[in-house]
Amino acid sequence: MARIGVFICHCGENISATVDCEKVAKVASEFPGVTVSVDYKYMCSDPGQNMVKEAILEHNLTGVVVSACSPRMHEPTFRNACAEAGLNPFLCEMANIREHCSWVHEKSDATTDKAIDIVRTLVEKVKRNEALAPIYVPITKTAVVIGGGVAGIQASLDIADAGHKVVLVEREPSIGGHMSQLSETFPTLDCSQCILTPRMVDVARHPNITLYTYAEIESVDGSIGNFNVKIRLKSKSLDEKLCTGCGACIQKCPVKKIPSEFEQGLGKRTAIYVPFPQAVPNKPVIDRVNCTYYIKGKCKVCEIVCPTKAIRFDQEDSFVEVQAGALLLATGFDVLKTNFFPEYGYGKYEDVIDGLAFERLASASGPTKGEIRRPSDGEIPKKIVFIACAGSRDPAKGIEYCSKICCMYTAKHAMLYKHKVHEGTPYIFYMDIRATGKMYEEFVRRAIEEDEVKYIRGRVSQVYEKNGKLIVRGVDTLLMGQPVEIEADMVVLATAGIASPGSEELAQKLHVSYDKHKFFSEAHPKLKPVETNTAGIYLAGACQSTKDIPETVAAASGAAAKIAGLFSNDLLKRDPLIAVVKKCAPPLYSSCTGCFMCIPVCPYQAIDKEEIKDRSGNIIKTISHINPGLCQGCGTCVAFCKSKSIDILGYNHDQVCAEVEALLNEW
Amino acid sequence: MQKKIGYYPGCSLEGSSREYSESVVTLANAFDVELVQVPDWNCCGATAAHNLNSILSFSLPARILAKAQEAEMDTIVVPCAACYNRLTMVQHELKKDDALRAEVNGIIEAELKCDIKILNIVQFIQMFVADFVASKQQFLFDKKVACYYGCLLVRPHDVLDFDRTEDPQSMDEVMKSLGANPIDWPFKTECCGAGMSVSRTDIVGRLSGRIVKEAADRGAEAIIVACPMCHSNLDMRRPALEKAMGEKLTIPVLYISQAIDMALGKSQKETGINRHFVPVNISLQNRVAAPQVVLEKTEEN
Repeated sequence: MARIGVFICHCGENISATVDCEKVAKVASEFPGVTVSVDYKYMCSDPGQNMVKEAILEHNLTGVVVSACSPRMHEPTFRNACAEAGLNPFLCEMANIREHCSWVHEKSDATTDKAIDIVRTLVEKVKRNEALAPIYVPITKTAVVIGGGVAGIQASLDIADAGHKVVLVEREPSIGGHMSQLSETFPTLDCSQCILTPRMVDVARHPNITLYTYAEIESVDGSIGNFNVKIRLKSKSLDEKLCTGCGACIQKCPVKKIPSEFEQGLGKRTAIYVPFPQAVPNKPVIDRVNCTYYIKGKCKVCEIVCPTKAIRFDQEDSFVEVQAGALLLATGFDVLKTNFFPEYGYGKYEDVIDGLAFERLASASGPTKGEIRRPSDGEIPKKIVFIACAGSRDPAKGIEYCSKICCMYTAKHAMLYKHKVHEGTPYIFYMDIRATGKMYEEFVRRAIEEDEVKYIRGRVSQVYEKNGKLIVRGVDTLLMGQPVEIEADMVVLATAGIASPGSEELAQKLHVSYDKHKFFSEAHPKLKPVETNTAGIYLAGACQSTKDIPETVAAASGAAAKIAGLFSNDLLKRDPLIAVVKKCAPPLYSSCTGCFMCIPVCPYQAIDKEEIKDRSGNIIKTISHINPGLCQGCGTCVAFCKSKSIDILGYNHDQVCAEVEALLNEW
Repeated sequence: MQKKIGYYPGCSLEGSSREYSESVVTLANAFDVELVQVPDWNCCGATAAHNLNSILSFSLPARILAKAQEAEMDTIVVPCAACYNRLTMVQHELKKDDALRAEVNGIIEAELKCDIKILNIVQFIQMFVADFVASKQQFLFDKKVACYYGCLLVRPHDVLDFDRTEDPQSMDEVMKSLGANPIDWPFKTECCGAGMSVSRTDIVGRLSGRIVKEAADRGAEAIIVACPMCHSNLDMRRPALEKAMGEKLTIPVLYISQAIDMALGKSQKETGINRHFVPVNISLQNRVAAPQVVLEKTEEN
């Protein structure tokens, strides 16, 4: 005889505001098989959990239904509580009356009735639940880190220092990411390259890190603890073992006018190139789109001058497969480009540039060797207008969010300009100044007070060129909305930070969720900021939302700690919610007829054949067998099995049908 | 074969901007389109109504649409940018808001379907003129022109879904197809001062003065417009503009329909350019060979 306990949570007012919890508890107490039914304000709190535990002991309960929030939220909490009271955790079920009921309906009797229905279905299910034991699978203690910017670098070093293997995959020919493009960093104005490049070298040297640059993720399968990652190594047209990085090929390459991606188009590069002199690895790749040999079929100057004969024109893309226990997404961000702003003349006027291009102008290793010179004619600009929120916080442009980093880097840009061009005047048009980090507000005050940056609160309506000047028209909202017109020599747009190109495709390959702006979604915005909803896949840095360097590094170390924590166990405990082929007594042994329809449909290749033999070893019957280590419990085989011989543990036919019947049958 | 479409001229095209109406009718006839006026049409409400009384501002255009619907017009052309904007906005609002539609239906005593295709002058040209203009063009419009769109033709983009709000291109494309050289300039959608024309002519002088001066400074030989309000501010108010700018400004202002009419070889009377305050001293070259320019449909934002 079932003895079920029902525990109705008010969730503060989250549930009780629209659902009459006392009534639900009272009605549930009359369900057949329910021994105890109570309601409480916070069931997940310590006293709440104790109510569950005490009821189990006092009433010798055979099953528990906690009627509260989504099982995604607190199922583990209550299952642990049940286990502590000696009840098998799989005899505890969550009835979701918050997300599925109270949050989505108005306060009414119908809402309460729906909550009662939800509870009833789970009571019927839990009566049929069986005690299950978790399964354990071995963990491959290797992490694949995707993206070699500062987030990927930091996380790789942290994981590797913890003694685990790391495979770092970077799409570009060098690691370093956007941080390697920056001139100085706020709020300390220390040189970005000086703090980053030593770490890049550490990555290359670390015995636990394998670095694949110019490589992309081809496919990922498996699950937490045991992923199988296929990596495409794009052809560098180079034998890296032979290449010494001498650079002779780069000097002699006749194609010299390709706009450099690293220099944001302000500098030029050759067809065989390293993105920047401090690149890691410091070995070139051939850009086949622009290489004369690949276009016209002749040239091969690089092959002729190479002292070690390392050039390989016929090299093709190759693949490596890596077994990994965890994946870390650190693919970073990009800034909004193209002619998104016809009103600001971006893309039309050479001297209207974005923030990343200004970083290159200000960088000691940049195309102007750190002198601020405008792109059109190389003159030193006497007035620069910086426009904050170019695209950010602008629903008309499709981007409602604050890009977060622009207030600070714009203040930094204006400062750097003033430090380099003393007689110059920097103006900043802004909406609000958001300087909320440590020493950030002080930094902005310094820009205003010491470096005399002219902050104008208001939007710019238009930038146009007249007589060689860029006319910036805006409004000063602190001066009674007075129109302002500035004749500038250069305009820098703090264009919105957006998801890195290819993010959506990668998210779909990895089955991680992403938001409408293509940023990857964390599992919980507060309590699981570096986890994704897919177990074993973590994220760090600006691929989640635009972040500055301190935040990115903190997130990277956080994710690394999570991965190191996962790797601190030899075995991974998994819920046994997997498919099994039903067996029974001889002479049938199993209702499985051996049609093996389930084998080709299994997306995880978890099903093979099992022979049932008699004592003398003769084969009586061949049936399907499901490998518990590989099965993910998706249920595809259940749907395909004609003889209903496969069940998902915890969700078997009886249990699911009982739930449906409980909904359909009037009590 | 003669095509018939509905025509809503609005008040300006009956009065201060009758040359716009004349040129549009001339243009339509030249391309075998008969413009049939919406029977018993009324004021669209313009800016005044929606500043004073919200329901009136819906009911006035709604009645016009109801009359067009009654006359079984599926398409109407509305050359005035303000009328076009009001009619399109009201049809959009009524279509999505059942309660509002019911209220307005009660006032105008009609049952609106809200499915009339409302064309501005540029859309009319794109649909009925563009594909055939090359065969009928007699003169090359080989001038530098400044296309001035004003505010109402392209905004709000979400509703009108016509051209892009910043740096629009559709009129530039039309003028290019006539052989003109449209300049790249920043004041395409700058405010002309609009109704301030009456109460604060000095403000219009400053605002419109800047626009005209900018076009002239960049070497344009004519300003091309598609709105009677813009036209009267840029043309009729020219003395006030000159006073505000402190210089003589002689650049003429043409409706886009007039520009095409001129290229077709229509007389001053047919195009209505004899009615302008600023004389239109533009002589066009005979077209020797057909320019191989095909009018492209303007790309969306």
